[in-house]
Order: sequence, then C-alpha cells, then structure tokens
Amino acid sequence: MVTGVLPLALEDATKTIQAFLLTGKEYVCLMALHGDVEEKKTRAVLEEFIGDILQRPPVRAAVRRDVRKRRIYYIRDVEMDGREVLFRVGCQAGTYIRKLVYDIGEVLGVGAHMRELRRTRAGSFTEEESFSLYDLMQLSQANTEEREVLARRMVKPMESAFEYVPRIYIRDSTVSSICHGAELALPGIVRLSEGILPKMSIALFTLKDELVALSKALMSSDQMMKEDHGLAAKTARVVMPPETYPRLWKRKTVKVQAQS
Amino acid sequence: MSQRAPWEEQRKLLVKLEEETDPALGCPPAKRPLDQHLRFGLINVDKPSGPSSHEVVAWVKRMLRLKHAGHGGTLETFARLEQSDGHGRASSSP
Repeated sequence: MVTGVLPLALEDATKTIQAFLLTGKEYVCLMALHGDVEEKKTRAVLEEFIGDILQRPPVRAAVRRDVRKRRIYYIRDVEMDGREVLFRVGCQAGTYIRKLVYDIGEVLGVGAHMRELRRTRAGSFTEEESFSLYDLMQLSQANTEEREVLARRMVKPMESAFEYVPRIYIRDSTVSSICHGAELALPGIVRLSEGILPKMSIALFTLKDELVALSKALMSSDQMMKEDHGLAAKTARVVMPPETYPRLWKRKTVKVQAQS
Repeated sequence: MSQRAPWEEQRKLLVKLEEETDPALGCPPAKRPLDQHLRFGLINVDKPSGPSSHEVVAWVKRMLRLKHAGHGGTLETFARLEQSDGHGRASSSP
C-alpha cells in the first residue's frame, strides 16, 4: 500500500534521524474519487490546495490531534482516468496525505480516499537513489572485497542528509567544546547559511564537512555576521565523538571526574 | 519560510572569517575507513508494501548485524490494520 523512500540510519548516525523527521517530503499519490467530477474542476481544486493548509491529524496518529498548519509546496503531474486521479505532491514534514486526499474529496463534493501512496523523496534522499531490501541482503552476504564496494555504494555519509538544512561551519578549535555540549559563540563561526532565524534547527559542520552537532539558532544570520560577541546557537544533539578534535579550551580548577 | 520546496531552493553561504582546517585532525566524510563509514552511515531504503517501517528497520538491523538503527519518517504505521480489516476503524478517516 505505502512504499518508497525510507531513510535508515546506522549506529551512531541514528542521532541524526530527527533531521529527516523535519525535512520536506514528496509523494506520488493515487486518489480514488467516490463520484464523477469533471477533470477541469478536479485540477482547479488540486491547485487550491497548494500553499498553506490546515490539517487535523487522523484519529490514529502518532501526534496530538490539534489542527496545524502545513505547507504544500506543489502538486504536479496530475493525470486523471475516470474516478482515479494520480498526482505528485511536495509537502512539509508532518503532512498527512491520506487526510489531504480526504479533504480534496470534501471540497470536490463527492468524497475521496487514498488508494496508493509512494514516497519519492525525503529531503535529499530520492527514489532514484534508493536500494531494495534485496540489495541490502546482497550487502549482508557479500565477502570482504565485495562488501567494501557495495557498502560504499549503498551507504551514504550521514552528512548527505543535511544538504537542505541551514548550517554553520565552525573553527577546528571550537569543535571539541561543542562536542562537550557547549553553545556556539560567535568567534567560533567561519561560514554560515543565509536566512537563519532564531529558533531554527541548524547543523554545525567542521571545515572538512564533518557533521558535529544539531543545534537551535539563537540569532539570525544577519546578526551573526554583524556582531562579534554572544551566543549564536544552542547545541541540541551532539553527533561527533568528543575525542575527534583536541580539547583546546581551558579547564576549570575544579577537578572533573574521568568519564567512565 | 519560503513557498518553495527546500530542494528547489538555493541557500547561499556567508563568510564571516577566513580560516583553514588542520588536515591532521578529523576526516572528510568521503574518506572515512569502512567501519566508520558504516558507523556514521545512512541507507536510502525503498520500502516495499507489506512490512511496517519498524519491521523494515528490524530486518535491516539483523541482516547487517547492527547495534543501533533508526528510520526517518514513518511510512504509514497502521497500513497493516487496514489491510486486515477493510471497514475497521483504522481506515475510517475523521
């Protein structure tokens, strides 16, 4: 019934999974109408659903059932055959397509339900670059040489999930303090994405493009560029092991107990 | 937030500081040794119809002998219920 792109994180990369939960998705959806509607009208109504919509999550949902606003980026490639309508929809994370289809059916006046759904994109992960469970079985059964080749082809660095997440590149000397949970202060910043706003989820990278941590911005990109002192981002989830970069910040005189 | 999908948008990088990185520290993602490549890796799985997202994760975990694994964004948690019971509560959207 529901198939398609399912990003899967291995071992330490599991910490990055929340980046996928926040990222936009694209689906191909087969909608079944419960009555006859002119194609022109159907297309016009689909067009109306592009932009911000209000949605109440379905009865059986993993989240609180409050009405919430979600953005439909586009509805494209609409094809209609009798009461069946096929379309491609790009939407914000947390949009229920089953509900979207139900609501489209209500506006059309005849009712509708979702017959089939295929996820064709989750953030930077696309259908074209996905691997079947059969491919993964081959990887698990490969000998040492083959395993290296297959693993390099099928497994992507966790950093690839962050292509569309706003980011800040930090200095080598700042990495260790972030890995120990400190906030990012302005002097640690080397480069940053345009358009960051306070409270936005962002990712911190080293100058070698390694992911360090997921953070919440405390100021806008403009402020970060203008000012010299202050905290730019609060560390939410450290991904890089703390021993990767040397510790250059001063220890307090209080003795810290060794980590177990 | 803009009207366009994140993958149809270009985000520019602003430069605050000119700084180099020490090549002796860390490792660029593409150059990680195999064990680290897997440890910090993601797989883009094409989920078949039938098993739930959670089941797919469990299978892959066992197949590749992983300690930890997780998926991003459930693809239909209750598809199973619907298949077994066409007019059950699971399929009656509000």
